[in-house]
Amino acid sequence: MKAATSRNLTIAFFGLLALGAVSPLLFMGSKLAPWLEVILGGLMSGVLYSLVALGLVLIFKASGVFNFAQGAMVLFAALSLVRLMEKMPFLLALAVTIAIMVALAWLIERLVLRPLVNQEGIVLFMATLGVAYFIDGLGQTIWGSDIYTLHVGMPKEPKILFEGTFEGGILVSMEDVIAAILAAVMVGALALFFQKTSTGRALRAVADDHQAAQSIGIPLNRIWVIVWSVAGMVALVAGIIWGSKLGVQFSLQLVALKALPVVILGGFTSIPGAIIGGLIIGLGEKVSEVYLGPTLGGGIENWFAYVLALIFLLFRPEGLFGERHIDRV
Amino acid sequence: MSGTLIGCDAVIYREAGQFKTTYASDQQLFPILQDRIFVIGFLVFAFGVMPFIGTEYLFRAILVPFLILSLAAIGLNILVGYCGQVSLGTGAFMAVGAYAAYNLAIRVPDLNLLVVFLLSGVFSTLVGVLFGIPSLRIKGFYLAVATLAAQFFIDWLFARVKWFTNDSSSGSVSAPPLEIFGRVFDSPEEKYLLVLAFVCVFALVARNLTRGAIGRSWMATRDMDVAAEVIGIRPMAAKLSAFAVSSFIVGVAGALWAFVYLGSWEPLAFDVNRSFQLLFMIIIGGLGSILGSFLGAAFIVILPLVLNQLPRALGISLSTEMISHIEIMVFGALIVIFLIAEPRGLARLWAVAKEKLRLWPFPH
Amino acid sequence: MNLHDAEPQTVSRKLGEVVLRLDGVSLAFGGVKALADVSFDVREHEVRAIIGPNGAGKSSLLNVINGVYQPQAGTITYRGETRTAMEPHHAARSGIARTFQSLALFKGMSVLDNILAGRTLMMKSNVFLQALRIGPALKEEVAHRRQVEDIIDFLEIQHVRKTPVGRLPYGLQKRVDLGRALAMEPKVLLLDEPMAGMNVEEKQDMCRFILDVNDEFGTTIVLIEHDMGVVMDLSDRVVVLDYGRKIADGTPDEVRSSQAVIDAYLGVKH
Repeated sequence: MKAATSRNLTIAFFGLLALGAVSPLLFMGSKLAPWLEVILGGLMSGVLYSLVALGLVLIFKASGVFNFAQGAMVLFAALSLVRLMEKMPFLLALAVTIAIMVALAWLIERLVLRPLVNQEGIVLFMATLGVAYFIDGLGQTIWGSDIYTLHVGMPKEPKILFEGTFEGGILVSMEDVIAAILAAVMVGALALFFQKTSTGRALRAVADDHQAAQSIGIPLNRIWVIVWSVAGMVALVAGIIWGSKLGVQFSLQLVALKALPVVILGGFTSIPGAIIGGLIIGLGEKVSEVYLGPTLGGGIENWFAYVLALIFLLFRPEGLFGERHIDRV
Repeated sequence: MSGTLIGCDAVIYREAGQFKTTYASDQQLFPILQDRIFVIGFLVFAFGVMPFIGTEYLFRAILVPFLILSLAAIGLNILVGYCGQVSLGTGAFMAVGAYAAYNLAIRVPDLNLLVVFLLSGVFSTLVGVLFGIPSLRIKGFYLAVATLAAQFFIDWLFARVKWFTNDSSSGSVSAPPLEIFGRVFDSPEEKYLLVLAFVCVFALVARNLTRGAIGRSWMATRDMDVAAEVIGIRPMAAKLSAFAVSSFIVGVAGALWAFVYLGSWEPLAFDVNRSFQLLFMIIIGGLGSILGSFLGAAFIVILPLVLNQLPRALGISLSTEMISHIEIMVFGALIVIFLIAEPRGLARLWAVAKEKLRLWPFPH
Repeated sequence: MNLHDAEPQTVSRKLGEVVLRLDGVSLAFGGVKALADVSFDVREHEVRAIIGPNGAGKSSLLNVINGVYQPQAGTITYRGETRTAMEPHHAARSGIARTFQSLALFKGMSVLDNILAGRTLMMKSNVFLQALRIGPALKEEVAHRRQVEDIIDFLEIQHVRKTPVGRLPYGLQKRVDLGRALAMEPKVLLLDEPMAGMNVEEKQDMCRFILDVNDEFGTTIVLIEHDMGVVMDLSDRVVVLDYGRKIADGTPDEVRSSQAVIDAYLGVKH
């Protein structure tokens, strides 16, 4: 089937799915509120997934590398921040963490990316696997492996909104709302950065063809350091938000791993794809846990995202917004 | 990813005087006389001498896990190294083998244990082929993420569905004693020999397959699947057969791991970390190489032991927790180092060493 | 296929019936039109050349013939069967083999294994026999090895048979590509710029190989080539493409004197 038709069909399919998730709203009247809470909760966590996925898309767009270490970076950034905050005020700790992430980016570029520059994608992917393990071990060696609570001034009490419209109102976590807003701002800024600035253009050129970009004078190495640093910032923001919610601990990494199916859904090279993919996954997870949880037993969240990505890939291997790859012989 | 055939670079000096007059003799398993002698000597040592000189610790903590993991690594290497299909779900296929063997052994108690092991491989094959179907459309790291779906789903399945664990309240199960043809294999030496026998047979089978038509179809699909299709190789047949053979071997390895090494286990024994561990083994050992699977497994089994002893040897005291963190760091760093310095792994280093030996003691 | 016993025939080829015909084939990638309404035929045992300026769609044409690309319009009739698109597997099965402009060799395998891979369709033994390498499986390996060695002798690449192809110089790689195609014992051989990047001696060798194959086994040859001398000497008939369209079709002499062809090559706007 033609690319456009299959894309439209897929969007229609997921639109219907979303509608299906939302449709009980039409029939539930006063019981609306709990449903809305589930949906809002799903969308919130979806936004957070999108944030991590964004880091992945950034790196892929600019260096053609699928960065398996993104999750480890999220944990490492959060760990560094929370431990530094024990010794110094928040803003100073933040600054130092940012410096650490930039240094990390520089090291990765120097020691991993540069020597492997002409290798195929799969080799680079495996290298990021190694980097993931390294950062994981490094973080726990330096900062320890306990659970740390992160206080960044996020409001912890949930608020009840819309008391007039819905009976009892809707319980909304203000923390999630602020997180969503922060994430949305970040995403918007990055999207603008890529589209409008010259550095953004250079990044896109590099993603397209390393050698061609080099031949027009784009400094590959510097670009990569920039990109990985920005991805590090994104990881830091994601780490702060997730860490504040869940506590900074190892499972953060697994949560961040879920960004992989998000990127697959959305297509590796697309920022809007990362956003929409994250929302779909976040929503789908919450809804399936509520719908299917009672029958199948808990823990569906462990695999739902991956299975969804798998099913998706069968119909559309390049993701919602990704570019179709044509084999030229 | 390019693998390399060991023995591809004919070492002419060592072959001096050994001219092959028939194709059959050129195509035998170890065409060079020195290699044949070495392998036979090694097997005699492993089967006949080792059981008498090894310590219990050596068998239980080093040789048995090394052998079983080598087997799993061979299985994974067929899929990833020879056929180029990246899989991060190997742990799950080992789990399928383990739980299949457990359920067969408990529910059909009269079944010969060897048959149980082989049947568990069959179950693993069925699951493997099922999860291999996406590979027909999906490639590269997309496929890797898709295999994670298999890993996490199967993890959850064995934890959730009580039937698999025979309604065990704690979620962990214990394997029945190893009794084959009336003889109980419970001493470390006996377990070692049992596993050694399995590994030798399977290694031979794997080697034969990779040297035959099916192995060539795997490698062709890995190297350039469009060209493979043009010469008549069906990508579907090649990929699914790779998944099938690979899962079979990995499933049997899983059953062996559960029954012979662990004794009792829970689903976590086969989680995503196991998948990564096996992948690291074949990357470090050498993709597309049977020998590499052994070398990689040896490396990964021995490294933690070395790292454990090293701080004490150097006079630094570290907690076991710290050591395991450092171990993770070292693994990660080694992966990167190997990918940069010698992407074809220890097996390639070994082949290069043999080339050097060919000229020794002359410098060039 | 015994390459040593057959006697070379005399120069005049006996051409058979039409074995392959394309009718109104059009191929586009997104907005780019690679082929527009191309029709021509190929007779059995003939040497048919496809020529044209760069980007004319010649490789795409070969890709359509053996199923790598599926055309949007038109039909392909091969040995009496008409289809709207070929599948690569079906093409291979029914005796169409090809070489590639960019040498689609299996880089991780040796020369011997690459050419042996070409024998895959003829190797029938199942997995279990192969696993134990006994009986029919072993006999097959040896028998096909014998055939492949004949091809290796024919192409004069004995000295590198065990080398991984990635290490070979370009000219030798091209021979391996040809060898792999020959191993399929094809009825129709599609050659995509077999002489590209070769020096004079290598070209002479390659010409000799192609002629030998056509003489001794009657293999129909469709070849893309830029070297006009080669085209004029080797081929029975020539098709000329420009911007995806056929602009001439006939004997080498007819084509050489066609104004449309001259204009196309000289870049005259038309």
